Amino acid sequence: MTLTTTDLLLEATGVSKTYGAVVALKSASLAVRPGEVHALMGANGAGKSTLVKILTGAVRPDAGRIVVHGRERTVHSPADARHGGIVSVYQEPALIPDLDIRSNLRLTETPLEPFRHWLAELGVEGLDLSSMARQVPLASLRIIDLARALAIEPDVLMLDEMTAALPANLTERVLEVIGRQRGGDGSVIFISHRMIEIGAVCDRATVLREGETVGVVDVTPGSEERIVELMLGQIAERLPGRTTETASPDARSPAEPRLTARGLSSGTKLQDASFELHPGEVLGVVAVEGQGQDELFDILSGSERPSGGDLLVDGAPVSFRHPADAIRTGLVYVAADRAEALLMQRSVRENIALPFTAPLGRWGLLDLASERRKVDAAVATLQIDARAGREVRRLSGGNQQKVTIARWVAGGVRTMLCFDPTRGIDIGTKNQIYVLLRDLAEAGAAVLLYTSELKEVQLVCDRAIVIFGGRVVAEIDTADADEASLLRAAYNLRSDAPMPELVAAEATASGVSAQAVRGSETTAVEPGQPGAEP
Amino acid sequence: MSTTAVPVEAARARPLDMLASWTRKNGWTLGLIAFLVLLLVFTRAIQPRYGVAGVQGLATSVLPLALAAVAQAVVVIGGGIDLSVGSMMALTSVVSASLMDGQSDWFGVAVVLGVLVLGAVLGAVNGGLVVLTRVPDIVVTLAMSFVWAGCALLVLPTPGGGSVKWLKDLVIGPLGNEWIPKALIALVLVVILIWIPVRRSRLGLSIYAIGSNQLAAFRSGVPVGRTKIVAYVLTGLFSAVAGLSLTASTGLGTPVPGPYTLMSVAAVVLGGVSLAGGRGGVFGPIVAVIIIQLMRTDMTFLNLNTNLATVAQGIILIGVVMIGTLIQIRRARA
Repeated sequence: MTLTTTDLLLEATGVSKTYGAVVALKSASLAVRPGEVHALMGANGAGKSTLVKILTGAVRPDAGRIVVHGRERTVHSPADARHGGIVSVYQEPALIPDLDIRSNLRLTETPLEPFRHWLAELGVEGLDLSSMARQVPLASLRIIDLARALAIEPDVLMLDEMTAALPANLTERVLEVIGRQRGGDGSVIFISHRMIEIGAVCDRATVLREGETVGVVDVTPGSEERIVELMLGQIAERLPGRTTETASPDARSPAEPRLTARGLSSGTKLQDASFELHPGEVLGVVAVEGQGQDELFDILSGSERPSGGDLLVDGAPVSFRHPADAIRTGLVYVAADRAEALLMQRSVRENIALPFTAPLGRWGLLDLASERRKVDAAVATLQIDARAGREVRRLSGGNQQKVTIARWVAGGVRTMLCFDPTRGIDIGTKNQIYVLLRDLAEAGAAVLLYTSELKEVQLVCDRAIVIFGGRVVAEIDTADADEASLLRAAYNLRSDAPMPELVAAEATASGVSAQAVRGSETTAVEPGQPGAEP
Repeated sequence: MSTTAVPVEAARARPLDMLASWTRKNGWTLGLIAFLVLLLVFTRAIQPRYGVAGVQGLATSVLPLALAAVAQAVVVIGGGIDLSVGSMMALTSVVSASLMDGQSDWFGVAVVLGVLVLGAVLGAVNGGLVVLTRVPDIVVTLAMSFVWAGCALLVLPTPGGGSVKWLKDLVIGPLGNEWIPKALIALVLVVILIWIPVRRSRLGLSIYAIGSNQLAAFRSGVPVGRTKIVAYVLTGLFSAVAGLSLTASTGLGTPVPGPYTLMSVAAVVLGGVSLAGGRGGVFGPIVAVIIIQLMRTDMTFLNLNTNLATVAQGIILIGVVMIGTLIQIRRARA
């Protein structure tokens, strides 16, 4: 294929971006032809969102050139990108909640007639333009966002996870409208975790891995496998995490599970999560972004109340109204974002001591001597470098994460809920955390581990559950699972056939009914929902 | 990054390191004390006759302000702000003065205890409204400042009432050495009796926690709402002590709030407490109050136009805070 630069609508080459020591993009390139729908693919942390932010002017790249219509451009801001014909629609609606729809349109200088036209095309009828954005249901807001973008006839329309958690009927309309853009003047850059959507509307796909563009694939039936291969790259060698192959999971699972979830649901994000967590095991949670795992962990840690389902701890039903309730029953939470867990301006001692110093909710004098003993023991166990311990924010990311774990270890941990605990920390600390989680399990604790790095599942977990579209769709024995099969499972693809009809039906059916999105708390339950168990 | 383990224990081993760490931890307060010493030297230089009488007068005028600053500091550390401190002081002052006027010593004890309870109740109302209605702290306490000030005027329309003698004796005059004012002793005692136990308990840790990061505190099992209410109760309690000190030092109940609320906010900021919450203590604000009062005295000695003096005071205040912040930023970068 011999395309010169001028034949391309948008071309980005050698784009890189580092945040401090973290390399978000090493060398990404993207070439979009006029009139095509181009998929941007990559596993979590591959750099998709950074590239999108750079193209839309939200982030300045460190290096690289961006050529639009054959002319090199520097995009200074989202408004600048917009004037240059690059418009994006994100997963979260970008409308100002306290303005009515008409004012929101005025704010972006959107012509009204084309907007109405696209709104009708997308299947939203009878929208009152004077209603406040705050009062419009979420699904409609996304459609409004899209219609607003289409109305100004952009050269490049960027859709970042636009269809995530959109009701099935609306998703269909959106895909149909996007499909019709093919062959026109403009192009669409499409980001989605649903392979089926990629297959349905995209012409080509650019795959990112660890901040680099590793391949461009023509999307044809069966090319999903090739995409997954590219996303994975070379399978990483086993890290020295799991030292001994321990006894089979059955031998270490007594009759009574530590934690039992039955049909847990939360709004439209989490539909039906059922699983058991046994003492002495590390149970992995495999999911691509936004499949309901955030809500699941919020419920288990007592931050949110479920809208349905049962939760049992040690066989007894529980209902948490406050994280303190969860902590009392031994369910403790380790967050990915240290800023959510730590008192950044306080000392290591205070941060570790905070949850366990005294019976929760009591305000007695602290036994400082015993507290110090426990804190020192936890600091030693986790090998925390506490030289800058006066203020936790001065510690490195890895040491900060160790502090959030140490606070629970110091109090004696029974059940630890880890939500991507190794996000953005160095490899040495990661290994220490793997070993620690294994040690905790050996000592009889139960660990639930969601991780965005699939290789951790093989390294640390005894078995894993897969969450897709808010449901637990499969359970995997990690002994005979490799990273590729885990990734396939996370995308709800079966390992043998790339895109069987059953999965296609499943993906469409797992969408939510429009009524459920419009705010009613009822959860749509399709009878006879087929599991994707291989 | 090296992953060598240096436990907290190692830092405690050597006394010199301990001293260095303590100095860093209390850097702001130590800096303020150094500034205060310079200010005292300066005062002595411009007014060689400044001595025992000056120190005694300073202590008496500082006491209610310092207590107001402590009251404000507690709630600011917990991530809130209380604009009704001055009004609560006025209300508790007039209630105590009108009840104690001409009564026996023992009745005075009962009144003092009752007024302390009243202060706690006022604080509980403030805190309860903030937590239950979720209206911002600044709005609730501004509104309540009018309510408490109005109540104070209802109790006593003009300054009046009186104080039992023992209460006056508690704060007026020297104790033992003529250089040691009773007011200072009273201030130190009150802070030690109320603040130190709080600081050493789970409550203190919880107050710092909700001020520092509400989400993290919540996730760690801290009852955020309840802790916030208790922080406001403590603020009410300290305001009541401040109100009582007003009655004691003047012998009257004053129904007009005076400059205490805004001065307490200024002292808290100057005293190294972060208005965003979670940082600082109560000793910094106390030193800050002494500095502010001494600066006023100096301006009188310098025969400065009072209006000009007010302008100068504001400029010095913002200058000191700015320099302190710059030093902290530079240290954080190093």
